[in-house]
Amino acid sequence: MSRGKDRTIPLLTLGFSLLLAANFVMPRWLSFLVMVSLARSLVVIGIVVLMRSGLVSFGQGFFYCLGGYTAGIAGNYFGITDISLTLLISIAISVLAGGLIGLLLCNYREIFFAMLTLAVSMILYSVIVKNPTLGGSDGFNVPPPHIFGISPAMADPGLSLPAVTCIVVYLVSVLIHRYFKSGLGYAGVAVRLNEIRVEYLGASPKVIVYSKYILAGVLASIGGTLIAYATGHVDPELAYWTTSGEFVFVGLLGGVSHVAAPVIASVLFQVLRSYALDLAPYVWQMLLGFVLLMIILFLPEGLWSVIARLNPKRRGDESAP
Amino acid sequence: MKALLEVHNLSKNFGAVVAAEDINVTIGEKEVVGIIGANGAGKTTFVNIITGYVKPTAGTVRFQGTDITGQPPRKIIRMGICRSFQITQLFPDMDVWENLMVSCTLLNNPLKRLTRPFDQKGFRDRVMGTLEEFGISEYAHEAVSTLPQGVRKLLDVAMAMMGPTNLLLLDEPTSGVAIHEKFPLMDTIMESVKSTGAATIFIEHDMDIVQNYTDRIIAFYDGRVIADGPAAEVVKNEEVIRYVIGQEPERDGEG
Amino acid sequence: MKLLLVILIDGLVYSSWLFLVAAGLTLIYGVMRILNMAHGSLYAVGAYASASVVGWYYATGYPPAAGYALFIFCAMATGLIAGILIERGILRFVYGKDEVIILLVTYAVLLILEDAIKLIWGVDAYFAIQPYKALGRTSIIGVPFANYDLALIAVAVLVGFLLWYGLNRTRHGKLLRAVIHDREISMAMGINVPAIFAATFAIGSILAAIAGGLIAPSLSVVPGMGIEVIVIAFAVVVTGGLGSIGGALLGSLLIGISRAAAVHLIPQGEVLVIFVIMATVLAVRPEGIFVRAKERKI
Repeated sequence: MSRGKDRTIPLLTLGFSLLLAANFVMPRWLSFLVMVSLARSLVVIGIVVLMRSGLVSFGQGFFYCLGGYTAGIAGNYFGITDISLTLLISIAISVLAGGLIGLLLCNYREIFFAMLTLAVSMILYSVIVKNPTLGGSDGFNVPPPHIFGISPAMADPGLSLPAVTCIVVYLVSVLIHRYFKSGLGYAGVAVRLNEIRVEYLGASPKVIVYSKYILAGVLASIGGTLIAYATGHVDPELAYWTTSGEFVFVGLLGGVSHVAAPVIASVLFQVLRSYALDLAPYVWQMLLGFVLLMIILFLPEGLWSVIARLNPKRRGDESAP
Repeated sequence: MKALLEVHNLSKNFGAVVAAEDINVTIGEKEVVGIIGANGAGKTTFVNIITGYVKPTAGTVRFQGTDITGQPPRKIIRMGICRSFQITQLFPDMDVWENLMVSCTLLNNPLKRLTRPFDQKGFRDRVMGTLEEFGISEYAHEAVSTLPQGVRKLLDVAMAMMGPTNLLLLDEPTSGVAIHEKFPLMDTIMESVKSTGAATIFIEHDMDIVQNYTDRIIAFYDGRVIADGPAAEVVKNEEVIRYVIGQEPERDGEG
Repeated sequence: MKLLLVILIDGLVYSSWLFLVAAGLTLIYGVMRILNMAHGSLYAVGAYASASVVGWYYATGYPPAAGYALFIFCAMATGLIAGILIERGILRFVYGKDEVIILLVTYAVLLILEDAIKLIWGVDAYFAIQPYKALGRTSIIGVPFANYDLALIAVAVLVGFLLWYGLNRTRHGKLLRAVIHDREISMAMGINVPAIFAATFAIGSILAAIAGGLIAPSLSVVPGMGIEVIVIAFAVVVTGGLGSIGGALLGSLLIGISRAAAVHLIPQGEVLVIFVIMATVLAVRPEGIFVRAKERKI
């Protein structure tokens, strides 16, 4: 096997450390952009986890929205603004929701799975929109978070929140990288490649898929909580199909070979999106559609495969599987 | 000989199609049994039912005294019942080494221990050992899609045997393999089986192979067992000749 | 008792609309094994086309009766054109690829169409109420119902009958059913499967556009109407069994009447009830009510 030593974790550490440091010197609009990209990249990492097992979820917006509204409701109704606490609550809620919904969804694959996840997300959307107590279609504002006991009045949230986001995404990247390289990571790929064989090797494909659905949900939920604090606002759009679809798009853009792919693709996407929405708002979806077609037809493994091809020696990638 | 596998009154209908009708078979420890029969006679259905892929309409399957009827494959496999496939079931996109590694990992780890790193030293040694045993070391890093049929068949069996093996069911292990390769292939497999002490049931169309590797043959026809006994007797059975081997039985006075 | 009848009739109206939307989706899936996510957009295209025509026609003062034929025809024509463009221009290049890849392709088409609709028709709502009002109302046990809605039931029955007849009594229908049953063998027997695919997609698109075209006079045509429809259409189709027209019929009735009941009894649960029914059916019969026979894999 022509694998070089896996230098991913040192590289991730280096990359995120640089980013963390840069946060303090970047112009505000840039660090905001990066923060939003990173928060959203968590959702995409979840999408990649599912894609590696052969599943496409068009409904990660469900968990994204759950996480966001957790931050909003915790802050506005329960006075809970400590970010570590809301993140924990967010995780707990997504495990519960994912655990329940996953029981039905783990029986399905391919088209069924994709459309059912879409349905789940749109159900949450319509429930929130029709419910004025939940803010309806306008949503509501999210009070700024306390970060490790430091109130927003004391420290500059414009600096501390990006920093926290950066650290959270770094930790998740490292964990997910190890996850991809674990037995469970390979089991997921095996399910994608030959489910019957997995069953005949004494493992349950359903349980494997179930665990991945919950994991992806948790990641999306964390992302949602972070984005709620970043933007200071939540609305049902978080669960709308366009939001979920964008996550799928970024996942395909980056590819599933490496945990860094969704992070980098997310930043790229966010940059492009900011410009496109400014210059040509009515063709943004159309543009996404065309690019998606190009990716499917010509670059099915995403942009990462281009990087991998350019640098065959530095193949610390967990690709093929 | 203690009974390892006991099949009683096993039946299976797919709608109006009778795939299995009242099958009674007992396999003892360390036995080697060959199953013959024309296509569609119910041989693979038999294996599918024993390994839990298909639920029988009636009847029971007992393994080591325990009733395993209707259990899902993953539970049956954990009891040491291993199975290879007529159409090889491999992991495409992965190479031979990874196929075996995944098999070893899944067969020897309960789900909760799967969080450990994939490439464990203990398993690595086992995979290398298996590659040697099956004579496919040179293909270790070849993608599965490029493998010759014989290697695919060997890999299919090797993967099944990466965990505890008490009963091995082989579904046409030499199908699609060139004639001159069939015997070496079976030799390799049977050597490996011997070292595990498992009982073996193999489905096979080639009568030479069957007679060379086993003393007991079970013949299927139309979902029923039409003969079950010493090879020498079964091959002379009139029904077997007519429905399986395909020659006209000899009659006095006619040649 | 009166309430029950109201629920029943409202339910039938809604079921009719659901059936019209779902029939095309399930037909395409049955024949081509493609779940067309752009189905909702074709529905929207039909609605916009019909609303535009109505807006133009009824201002001209020509006889209103002809207006009906015109806007329905325009909706069908637009659906047909859009369907042909999509199938010939994009879809046929990905036949044979993985189901989910094709799903993503239809998703890309959806994205493109949604913006195309905004570019062509703008983001303002369209109202095309004239055909709806012109038919007046009928009182059934004291409750007024719009005749247009009641006519919708008749249209759904007609379309259902035409589909049944087409699939079961015509030669082309038999070819379609052969392909639904087994694509490979159909090809081996010389059936021109690519032509069947093109025809099926066209029919499915026309059905979607008709559904949109017919519904346009009874609501405001706005961007995003396609998306809400695809999710509900999928729920109907999946409840009844993917690929089964009979299933689409049953699913429409089940969901349509349940939704009508919810609207009158528990209004906040109007959308939720659709998915609760879907989830319940799937929990008991994972493949929907009418299940296709599965091929043996090992």
